[in-house]
Amino acid sequence: MDIRSQMSMVFHLDKCIGCHTCTVACKNIWTDREGSEYMWWNNVETKPGTGYPTKWEDQDIYKGGWEQNGSGSISLKGAGKRKGLLNIFHNPNLPVIGDYYEPFAYKYLDLIESPEQDVQPVARPVSVITGKPIDIKMGPNWDDDLSGTPDFARKDPNLENLSAAEQEAMFQLEKMAFFYLPRICNHCLNPACVASCPSGAIYKRGEDGVVLIDQSVCRGWRMCVTACPYKKTYYNWSTGKSEKCVLCFPRIEVGEAPACMHSCVGRIRYLGVMLYDADKIESIASSDDDNLIQDQIDIYLDPHDPKVIEAARANGIADSTIAAAQNSPVYKFVKEWKIALPLHAEFRTLPNLFYVPPMLPVMAMVGEQKEDTPELHAVAKNWDDKWLYDTSLDGIFGTIDNMRLPLKYMANLFGAGNEALVADKLKKLMAIRIYRRHTTVGDISAQKSAAALKEVSLTEDEAEAIYKMTSLPKFNERFVIPAAHREQALEMLEATEEVKGNTGFGFTEKPVRGL
Amino acid sequence: MDILLFGAFPYVAVVVFIIGTIWRYQTGFKYSSLSSQFLETKKLFLASVPFHIGILVILTGHLVGFLFPSLFTRIGGSGIVTFETVSLVFGISAIVGLLFLMIRRFTNDRIKAVTTKMDVFIEFVLLVQFGLGIYIATSLGWGSQWYASVMVPYLRSIWMLNPDISAISAMPIAVQLHVVGASLFIFLIPFSRFVHFLVAPFHYISRPYQVVRWYWDRKEIRDTSTPWTVTRPKNI
Ligand code: SF4
Ligand code: SF4
Repeated sequence: MDIRSQMSMVFHLDKCIGCHTCTVACKNIWTDREGSEYMWWNNVETKPGTGYPTKWEDQDIYKGGWEQNGSGSISLKGAGKRKGLLNIFHNPNLPVIGDYYEPFAYKYLDLIESPEQDVQPVARPVSVITGKPIDIKMGPNWDDDLSGTPDFARKDPNLENLSAAEQEAMFQLEKMAFFYLPRICNHCLNPACVASCPSGAIYKRGEDGVVLIDQSVCRGWRMCVTACPYKKTYYNWSTGKSEKCVLCFPRIEVGEAPACMHSCVGRIRYLGVMLYDADKIESIASSDDDNLIQDQIDIYLDPHDPKVIEAARANGIADSTIAAAQNSPVYKFVKEWKIALPLHAEFRTLPNLFYVPPMLPVMAMVGEQKEDTPELHAVAKNWDDKWLYDTSLDGIFGTIDNMRLPLKYMANLFGAGNEALVADKLKKLMAIRIYRRHTTVGDISAQKSAAALKEVSLTEDEAEAIYKMTSLPKFNERFVIPAAHREQALEMLEATEEVKGNTGFGFTEKPVRGL
Repeated sequence: MDILLFGAFPYVAVVVFIIGTIWRYQTGFKYSSLSSQFLETKKLFLASVPFHIGILVILTGHLVGFLFPSLFTRIGGSGIVTFETVSLVFGISAIVGLLFLMIRRFTNDRIKAVTTKMDVFIEFVLLVQFGLGIYIATSLGWGSQWYASVMVPYLRSIWMLNPDISAISAMPIAVQLHVVGASLFIFLIPFSRFVHFLVAPFHYISRPYQVVRWYWDRKEIRDTSTPWTVTRPKNI
């Protein structure tokens, strides 16, 4: 057993309001530089939608992630030693600027400096790369809230195995539903970006599992951009180096939450430590599709188990880290309550960002009205057509299997195609709502609430704990970051005595392009 | 003049190359392929691939000939024709690739935005160098043979720090320019994007796929019996 500690995350999608505060916080800190204007280490996508870069989930196009070989082992889909080195002069699977968007700004100065004339001056958009006027065709979050649906939402790769009728039902006006999917780097256990880097510049930090690109070793071979199935490594066209989300490591080293999480308005984000057995990474990443998610969840160990604690200590994991693991909100969501799932586990990178699948689209369930459809609850709205919107509590619980955003769609995102897995989580979430409705409003009987909890095998205590962690968590319950080893934090970057009298620490060279 | 160009310049070039590349390395940040594929990919395929394959094969040929001239002299007869024709194909591939690269650089706005003066300069240096090479290969018959018998002794004399420029002084002007071009190329490496070939990632082949870096020796750091001064962070 080789126990390591990993910074892991949970995003509770029901709580995301799509405000993009996280994105802006990240942008201001990290990617407000030449060459990185187009990068959004944190981005929030509207689902259904094609996302950023366009259709990133479609690995037939981008060839990201790992794939299982016949023999049960795995190899990188579009990179690796053979493919990577052969394609080093020209990488056929590299996403290019057009797949993201060409960054632009407006010539606002023209408004001020324009001479007197008959027409109003306008601020023309110019490309940030060339400085020339451009015709904007794409921008960050172009498809926010389903705008441009025919071009974007309908081309969502996750719709692939949905029938035409099912797809049609999703996109009928007045019946459309969507949710937000905030994404950052998953700091994977089996990172494809690390494996694909010919220079060995990308590495996983042993101490906390953060995946970083060493800027002084990166040579711009750009294989990581292809290999990351989540497209969370980006090529800086100006410095000729690749960059990625750093999980705000200078912040977490001193016990602060990363900027995106700290600023999250919906308070959807949780960060905590998970202990896992590094010896199992390879075998689990090679599991069959059906077992992949469960096997990954099994790799995380119980931090209360004395054997695990002992092995962790023997491996040099600090007591404060073990204590943080015992308090980890991520452990609770993923292992104890089992209501969070990884995104696209089928890419086999073993991502450490888990999502509580969104319930909201289920609340207003749609069904076709038939002759024998029973009377709706009083609060349900009946539209003047043959579709029913049932927002009453009675109707909801049974309707998860044919919810408004089809379960199949959700399963493509969070269940590696396994609908039962996602349905199980949604039922739990619904049971907790029924239970809470019973305790707060009281219009649902105790028996009914108990039955709902029983069906998903939750106790009242658990339901209460989930409710509290979802709705009322304090800052330090959402972010359990190992007691800041301030004395070590700085030293993780440099030996302090050696920079005595210097102007600073960290990156001491200006990050400008080579000749 | 000949002494300067053929006797002194090669040394200047090599010294500048060694000191320059080390100076430029410092933290390693300034070593990059500076790829522009992200900004334009389709044309790059037609340009970069023939260019790189061509230049690598031709450079390897020059190097092998320098190290083992007997390999070349032993070819003999019709083998020479085949050998030189094949080499010529790679030479042409390199120059065609280079021309495409230059066209791409001068016509695409985005590529222009990431073009430095040095990029343009080295492209012209290479163009002249390739052009001379192809001219020499096609007009001054059986270069592989006289390369082995005339040029290699000259290069060796440079290598042995005892330059003997008599042979090279007698060569046609095209050959002389090609030799100066070679020194210039070496001279320019630390000042241009050429540096990226020095960090070609061969070590990838033997390395395990996953890379984990520990800042501390994780077992020793918490062992009370080791003094703290012994366990130092590894990334210094
Ligand atoms: S999400 Fe992508 S960039 Fe992040 S660790 Fe995984 S493979 Fe690497
Ligand atoms: S800040 Fe939070 S609520 Fe707002 S978009 Fe980001 S993740 Fe969603």
